[in-house]
Amino acid sequence: MKRLKLRIARGTPEKGLTYRTYEVEVDEKANIIDAVHKVWAEQDQTILFRHACHHASCGLCGVRIDGRERLMCITPVADFADGAEITLEPLRNFPWVGDLVVDMTPLMQRMDAIHAAYVRRDELTPGEGEGMRFEDCIECGLCISACPIVGSDEFYQGPAPLAMMLRLLQEPRGRDLAAVCALAGDEHGAWRCHSAMECTEVCPSWVDPSGAIGMLRRYLLTKKVPH
Amino acid sequence: MGFHALIIGAGSTGAALAHDLTLRGYRVTVVERGEVASETTGRNHGLFHSGGRYAMRDPEAARECAEDNAIVRRIMPGLLELNGGLFVAFNEEDLSYKDRFLEACANCGVPAQEIDVQEALRMEPNLNPNILAAVKVNDGVFDPFHFALAFLATAKSNGAKVYTYTEVLDFTWEGRTVTGVHVRDRRSGKEYELGADFVINAAGPWAGRIAAMAGLHLSVVPTAGVMVAVARRWTRHVINRLNMPGDGDIIVPQRRASVIGTTSWRVEDPDFIPIPDHDFQLMLRRAQEMVPDFNQAPVRGVSAAARPLVKTGGVVAGNERWLSRGTYTFNHARDGVEGLFSIVGGKTTTARFMAEQMANFIGEAVGVDVPCRTKEVELLPYHAYYRLGGER
Repeated sequence: MKRLKLRIARGTPEKGLTYRTYEVEVDEKANIIDAVHKVWAEQDQTILFRHACHHASCGLCGVRIDGRERLMCITPVADFADGAEITLEPLRNFPWVGDLVVDMTPLMQRMDAIHAAYVRRDELTPGEGEGMRFEDCIECGLCISACPIVGSDEFYQGPAPLAMMLRLLQEPRGRDLAAVCALAGDEHGAWRCHSAMECTEVCPSWVDPSGAIGMLRRYLLTKKVPH
Repeated sequence: MGFHALIIGAGSTGAALAHDLTLRGYRVTVVERGEVASETTGRNHGLFHSGGRYAMRDPEAARECAEDNAIVRRIMPGLLELNGGLFVAFNEEDLSYKDRFLEACANCGVPAQEIDVQEALRMEPNLNPNILAAVKVNDGVFDPFHFALAFLATAKSNGAKVYTYTEVLDFTWEGRTVTGVHVRDRRSGKEYELGADFVINAAGPWAGRIAAMAGLHLSVVPTAGVMVAVARRWTRHVINRLNMPGDGDIIVPQRRASVIGTTSWRVEDPDFIPIPDHDFQLMLRRAQEMVPDFNQAPVRGVSAAARPLVKTGGVVAGNERWLSRGTYTFNHARDGVEGLFSIVGGKTTTARFMAEQMANFIGEAVGVDVPCRTKEVELLPYHAYYRLGGER
């Protein structure tokens, strides 16, 4: 078993922000989500947090763990020393709802506006024949939280939507590419990125938004679809 | 304006029911203690059932799956991974079920076709090369959160209100009739009442607790199962072991991961389920029998959630998978409480069908004779849930 001290950001925009520390013991193989879930179940059912699948597919449990954006469900407690204090805070650059929960609406509306696709061609499973799979992006918002430009330009499309725009250029699936290019090419699109690469650093799902933005720029200049 | 229905629980059942009732002209409010699909639905295997899984043991469930599989493909475009599934015999014992399985599928209307072993291995080169038989079925994959969100997005576009982080504390009453719920907004801490013409308890493994608030006994057995995801997409098809349903006999590919599941044991408290190391190790061993290199990929996530199985007569203790996966609907007027219904059990794949049955059942009770439209109405993309604003 591993003992942890979870220092959790508590409060709402109305009540203000405080931190409260909970001591909890979980299995060595557990992830941070299990520790938070256990604290919620056994110590304090007022804690607000989001979670569903516990294997990095639903994109709900993104928070900042000791200042870094991570999914709680795939952050092993084994990454921390026994007795360690771990600070959990909500994602940045989203409206704060309360405790560890933020409102994902700004990101979802941007994805909605470009008619983001969900099912793609499966290029990575071995074997004969064509197949399909889900897009890599799980819309968890980690990249939005980590991006220094999103923090300074509320109209900036942000890493995940720009990466999805590239995916639509690569595999249009009936989408309006002229509209996608207009958004990608305007002043709040691909050119606004300063290549801090924080998005790629924190992405838990192999999207590499920073690389995608680079390819989007090349496309906007050459009109050649990069793969 | 039609009756006002208040649904407790925004898992797949509550979400599909909200959609069905709004289409029939009801005014619908959904209250949910956490986020949409954050418990049982959210941590399910993501297997969009062909019906094959249930063909031998539960023909009725198999039939429901087969029928709704075909319908949900139509109404949920772009949200399902439809590469099919394989039922594979890995040893002689598995093989002995082949004829029985094919016959059961035929009897239940589950499309199933035996394919050549060499062809199966060409399609799925990571499978154990010693397989003895393979049958192709119409399995698919969904992401449970987005599945539920698509139903709720469409319900919202038809006027439904969805209150997440809103916990039911009690019912409100007029004599022995439920007139709504007393809730707490978990964000602000404020308590208030929501009135309704009737309330539907769709709280899954917590349905027993909700019923108890009305002084009713509802025998729900929260039954947990462990799933282990590894960070590699080993197969394109859903891989099922061709045998009677057992532990760790299904691998579901999801995104760049593969998820092996599951086990089955009874839990007292569905709020938090510690994962037994024995079950974790068992999953990895069982996966290796099907895909020998499975454990070469790092573990990505481990989860457990409680299924809401209903205890009916003649259940053998300690053998929870034998409990019916069927859906149970209750009009608690028969227990002396008016204005309260419950729906328990079932499967996410057949959430639409369950909602249709429940809405028919409610319609008969309250005297509304409007036919179901969920077979025809295409669902909005799940992003629309956020576009539509309102309560969250």
